[in-house]
Amino acid sequence: MAEAAGASVDSRPRLAPGVRLHFDKTRNAWMLLAPERVIEMEGPANEILRRCDGMRSAARIVDELSVLYGVDRATIEGDVNAMLTELSTKRLIVR
Amino acid sequence: MSITQTAAATASGSTVIHQPLGLLAELTHRCPLACPYCSNPLELDGRARELDTATWVRVFQQAAAIGVLQVHLSGGEPASRRDLVELAGAAHDAGLYTNLITSAIGLDSKRLVALREAGLDHVQLSIQDIESEQADRIAGYAGAHIRKLAFARQVVELGFALTINTVIHRANIGNVSALVAMSADLGAGRLEVAHAQYHGWALQNRAALMPTKDQVFLAMDEVERLREEYADRLVIDLVVSDYYASRPKPCMGGWARRSLNVTPTGRVLPCHAAETIPGLEFWSVRDHDLADIWLRSPAFQAFRGTDWMREPCRSCELREIDFGGCRCQALAIAGDAREADPACSLSPHHARMHELAEQAQADPAQRGQPVGYNYRGRAPA
Repeated sequence: MAEAAGASVDSRPRLAPGVRLHFDKTRNAWMLLAPERVIEMEGPANEILRRCDGMRSAARIVDELSVLYGVDRATIEGDVNAMLTELSTKRLIVR
Repeated sequence: MSITQTAAATASGSTVIHQPLGLLAELTHRCPLACPYCSNPLELDGRARELDTATWVRVFQQAAAIGVLQVHLSGGEPASRRDLVELAGAAHDAGLYTNLITSAIGLDSKRLVALREAGLDHVQLSIQDIESEQADRIAGYAGAHIRKLAFARQVVELGFALTINTVIHRANIGNVSALVAMSADLGAGRLEVAHAQYHGWALQNRAALMPTKDQVFLAMDEVERLREEYADRLVIDLVVSDYYASRPKPCMGGWARRSLNVTPTGRVLPCHAAETIPGLEFWSVRDHDLADIWLRSPAFQAFRGTDWMREPCRSCELREIDFGGCRCQALAIAGDAREADPACSLSPHHARMHELAEQAQADPAQRGQPVGYNYRGRAPA
């Protein structure tokens, strides 16, 4: 996957076309809505996705989650990048 | 009223009522095409009895209130409704992820732009085959294929996510590889390769549509290979053929568990073919709130949960995985909607399924001859 391999800390991930993050009042939960798919977003996945706005870089997302969860950057960076790669493979974000 | 608050009070016995996720809004049965596998019922609703704009708007709002997240604007051809843009806007305003399922016929670029502005999220386009002559013959509409290709490009240019849907049957099952390449070239992000499901019109045309077992397995292997080859460009979803399967599909994700279907005249169904099951009582959005229908209407309660099951489903470990498969198919082939879906190898009627498939594709009148279709909504040839 050329796109995923080439993604760097400078990439600015954003939701893919046809993908929306939606707060569902009836379930009191954030839901990721995509073609024929509904994914309930919890915890870190939700925090990462909400920051995929095409403005923040991947590096900044790592910074912000590091602060949010009070863990050092090195600990969380691998997890964030793995999540971004997975979301990209599933065509839920582009970067 | 919230489903979660009322579930305990209205659920019968131990049956839990979930919140629905999806609403299939069949805005109209009118359609310029006449595909022989159309999922609409054999008896089509006429224009005069269709729900008006205000009623659909109310349905979308009620759907969002009971937890529906995605609405699929479908038909017939939804573009046959003059108020399509208004309806898409109302669904979007209700907070629903709004998907248009269209043949492209009757939907010009001006209306497509207006749909974009109204908040439409996603477009799903049907394509019948890879080249015009055969694609138009399947659709029963000259010039459809070329129009669809142009439409697909417009959709992608406007920044929509595009899904292409192709129903697979004897006439096009050899073209899966070219179909995938065409979808990727058109810029689709997703392709549904959906083997014909033999209800309604497709059941009428089974002898003309049924592929051979070898063709089905070859096409399934092909899809697996293509999924890997196109992994970075195209999501390929496969809807398998029941007649050669050994396990049933979890039809609708379970009866009255995830989704509901509103017909052009306002009847609310647990699945689009549910009206083929005699004795079910369907309620209409003209008379009832959608929450009330979801919770209490007899058709939704009939096969909700697992209490209705007989053996082999009742004691089966997979009963909460596949929910006994398709009720309509159980009725059509096993003779009772409470039986296991005969697609299941545990069903005593399973062998019958294979026999029917063999008979259909071996029909001497059809073998080696051009396939004659009984087109949807048209007088038999």
